[in-house]
Amino acid sequence: MVGAGLVPARRGHEGCPYSRDTRSMLNRKLADELFEKVLKYSTADETEAYIASTSYSLTRFANNTIHQNMAEEDLNLSVRAVVDHRTARATSNKLDEASIREMCEAAQALARLQRPDQELLRMPGPQTYRAVERCDPETAELSPRARAETVKQVIRRAEKDQLTAAGVFSSGKVAQALYNSRRLCAYHEESVSEFSVTMLADTGSGWAKKTGQRYQTLDPMSLADSAAAKALRSRDPKEIQPGRYTVILEPSAVMDLLGFMLLDFGGLAVLEQRSCLTGREKQKVFGGNIQIRDDGFHPSQSGAPFDGEGIPRHRVTLVENGVVENLVYARQTAHKMGKEPTGHGFQLPNEMGEAPLNIVMEGGRGTVEEMIRSTERGLLLTRLWYIREVDPYQKLLTGMTRDGTFFIENGEIQYGVKNLRFNQSLIEMLNHVEMMSAPQRAAGEESIEMVVPAMKVGEFNFSSTTKF
Amino acid sequence: MKEFAQSALETARVRGATYADVRVMDIRQRFISTKNGQAAQVRESQSVGMGIRVIADGAWGFASTEDLTCASADAAAAKAVEIAKASALCKKHDVNLAPEQRVVDQWQGPCRIDPFSVPVSTCLDLMLKVDAELRRVAGVTLAECAMDFRHIDQLFLSSIGSEIRQVKTQTGAGYSATSFAGNEIQRRSYPNSFGGQYQTRGYELIEELDLVGNAPRIAEEAAALHACDQCPAGVMDIILSGSQLGLQIHESIGHPIELDRVLGDEANYAGMSFLTLEKLNQLQYAAPIVNVVADATVQHGSGLGTFAYDDEGVPAQCTPIIKDGRFVGYLSSRESAASVGQARSSGAMRAEGWNRIPLIRMTNVSILPGTWRLEDLMADTKDAIYMETNRSWSIDDRRYNFQFGTEIGWEIKNGKKTRMLKNPSYGGITTEFWNSCDAICGPEEWTLWGTPNCGKGQPMQTMGTGHGAAPARFRNVQVGVAYQQ
Repeated sequence: MVGAGLVPARRGHEGCPYSRDTRSMLNRKLADELFEKVLKYSTADETEAYIASTSYSLTRFANNTIHQNMAEEDLNLSVRAVVDHRTARATSNKLDEASIREMCEAAQALARLQRPDQELLRMPGPQTYRAVERCDPETAELSPRARAETVKQVIRRAEKDQLTAAGVFSSGKVAQALYNSRRLCAYHEESVSEFSVTMLADTGSGWAKKTGQRYQTLDPMSLADSAAAKALRSRDPKEIQPGRYTVILEPSAVMDLLGFMLLDFGGLAVLEQRSCLTGREKQKVFGGNIQIRDDGFHPSQSGAPFDGEGIPRHRVTLVENGVVENLVYARQTAHKMGKEPTGHGFQLPNEMGEAPLNIVMEGGRGTVEEMIRSTERGLLLTRLWYIREVDPYQKLLTGMTRDGTFFIENGEIQYGVKNLRFNQSLIEMLNHVEMMSAPQRAAGEESIEMVVPAMKVGEFNFSSTTKF
Repeated sequence: MKEFAQSALETARVRGATYADVRVMDIRQRFISTKNGQAAQVRESQSVGMGIRVIADGAWGFASTEDLTCASADAAAAKAVEIAKASALCKKHDVNLAPEQRVVDQWQGPCRIDPFSVPVSTCLDLMLKVDAELRRVAGVTLAECAMDFRHIDQLFLSSIGSEIRQVKTQTGAGYSATSFAGNEIQRRSYPNSFGGQYQTRGYELIEELDLVGNAPRIAEEAAALHACDQCPAGVMDIILSGSQLGLQIHESIGHPIELDRVLGDEANYAGMSFLTLEKLNQLQYAAPIVNVVADATVQHGSGLGTFAYDDEGVPAQCTPIIKDGRFVGYLSSRESAASVGQARSSGAMRAEGWNRIPLIRMTNVSILPGTWRLEDLMADTKDAIYMETNRSWSIDDRRYNFQFGTEIGWEIKNGKKTRMLKNPSYGGITTEFWNSCDAICGPEEWTLWGTPNCGKGQPMQTMGTGHGAAPARFRNVQVGVAYQQ
């Protein structure tokens, strides 16, 4: 049942001019206070509290108008209790004293219902974290009007070429704190922003997207220009035969494919034989030009410098010269496998273990233009869509091209083509990379942001086409 | 609950909103999982909050807060109006809503056994029994089992005077056996993939599923798949199991009929639809034996898309979508219905939570049962592949070109189910595929399946949808597409 909460004296509905409700935004002082209350009510052997706040707004447009426009605020407390080698979690956004007490009791009661796990480690003690500055106050506070004004300009850009624009402009801030009864204390806050635009011509379309901690870096008008140019160029698309083609994948397309391998680099996934890297550690699985690492401190990366248990994130070389050099490990997995934790664990309890979330893939010196010029016959792909795993060990993926697919011949873009379905092993693909650009922060729709290059890939397999 | 919701409506009105609605929600969840003989996750969560949606200056705004006090409710209302006025900077015309009557009502969804009253230890004991059966089979390297319970209590108020309280309980359960051998990972799931079967009901669903009874078969199949032949490739006939047909319906009928997609509202993310407006009542979408409805009423069943009123306060309806193979209906909202000249919304607006706006979502989009029994259908089939339990799914952004993979298949030769096959896949173009349907099984084999994880919208929202389906046969389908090189 919905709790009544506190009901203060009513003020007039006109109220004072709208002022931002700061109750929801986490800060260190509020985090400390909430954890003190958790400790007051928890009688568990060990207690962990994870506190997170969100203040987020998104302006959405389609058909050259803003059709959806929202703002949300939330503040959550999640309590994990350990009782005699058993652990469980209770979470709520009801933060009055009674609710915090109920949460602590619920976590302990749930924990007591399980069989003891003698391998459950004690919670970690205090840690030292590398400082990351990822919060821009202007981005966190960007107003609806400011976003609307930007969208208005993008719409004008679309209308200049008789195009229809659709997309989003979002901004906000997230904050998180992790404490435990062994005096671990971690805190992180980050601003977030995104601009994404699809431009629709009568028979063509183009797309561009950027995300970052500072909205000033998004450059919506450049994104709009890029998407518009692709929409115009892809009009009257021709149908081509499916088959194997050389493709040039823009960074968003690379990122969305690579995301399907993130969980495979987890130690637990390999241990449980559900990873495509099972039996492939220390082997040359990819082409010799493939270098992938997890680096949460790269200037173009995001996220907290600690994992779900508060362990500091480490840089990890995952793939070097095509060889699978390392996996990532949560504390528990590391203990099972005789390794050191790398700070990539998910919150406990969980089944999955860990995953690298800050991928940086090295590139080369090429540019997309050079890749096009060097291609006798191939395709330029802006983005990929509805990618799904067909075969988990071959890492066979299927999906569609979308919003800007072009046929290249004799080193030049010739025309737009109707979209194609691919069935392509990611492992095989990364053995056919012929050229790469410098890496850049990429954003897509199927995975988390990564720093990856554009790449030219040979023998990419398309199995069918569609009608547009 | 009601007091601050009313206060929010009043604040919105005073600040210039011409329409407003408020949803206050209390969502409780309990999730329990096991893995290889151990409890993996035992967690409970509760999320309460309020969202207010307004039209001001002819445009939409929305704001939400978890702080259920009059002060915060008023602040959210004021913010929603501010946002709406910002939206109006780009408007081409005022938002127009198809009319609805004021409704004051309350509804409780079906639930015989409250899953939150079932001790966690009882759930764990059952799951560990399943786990033991799965791991008894040599070759099973990973056994995973999960149960997922939700209790959703929602109060809806609107500026036309509606006040609707709806309480529903959702239950889901399922498991999978994974087998790694050589260079292959195979998996079998029961009663479905995506975490199992989900309905708007209580724990009685789990009692009906016979989880333990099916575990040995599922484990044996997972291990046996390695030694099976690869599904052949070519143009051939297929019979899809009910759960796989449910997902086929979801992707290639349920999504393209969402009117907001047709109108371009999802162009930047979830995509558009090939079902442009001139196709309504004209397009031969499927074979004449195919009839599909979008039915949110309790009479249809206790699906994930069952409710009494949608999140705009529009009563649940049964909307014909495909009648005798012809396309006859969309899923709509008050705004989209008005924009295409329809008299009324089809009542399909649903929001994931209190902090999200409602979007047009599937309710229970179901194929009506036919007349066949599965054993007779197989006996009638000369040469086909029977495919069961989804493993992969993908479709283009207008919903034409699709491809699905299933966990397991069997060859049907001269009316008999013969060799087991691994890695089945099939693909096609939506309308060509549905026009090739020539047999649908009857009510005895019809199940209202639940898909708990449909994604749409920006920011993304996950929604549960229902799909009633029975096994069905399709002719001349491209099979084995995913592995053809």
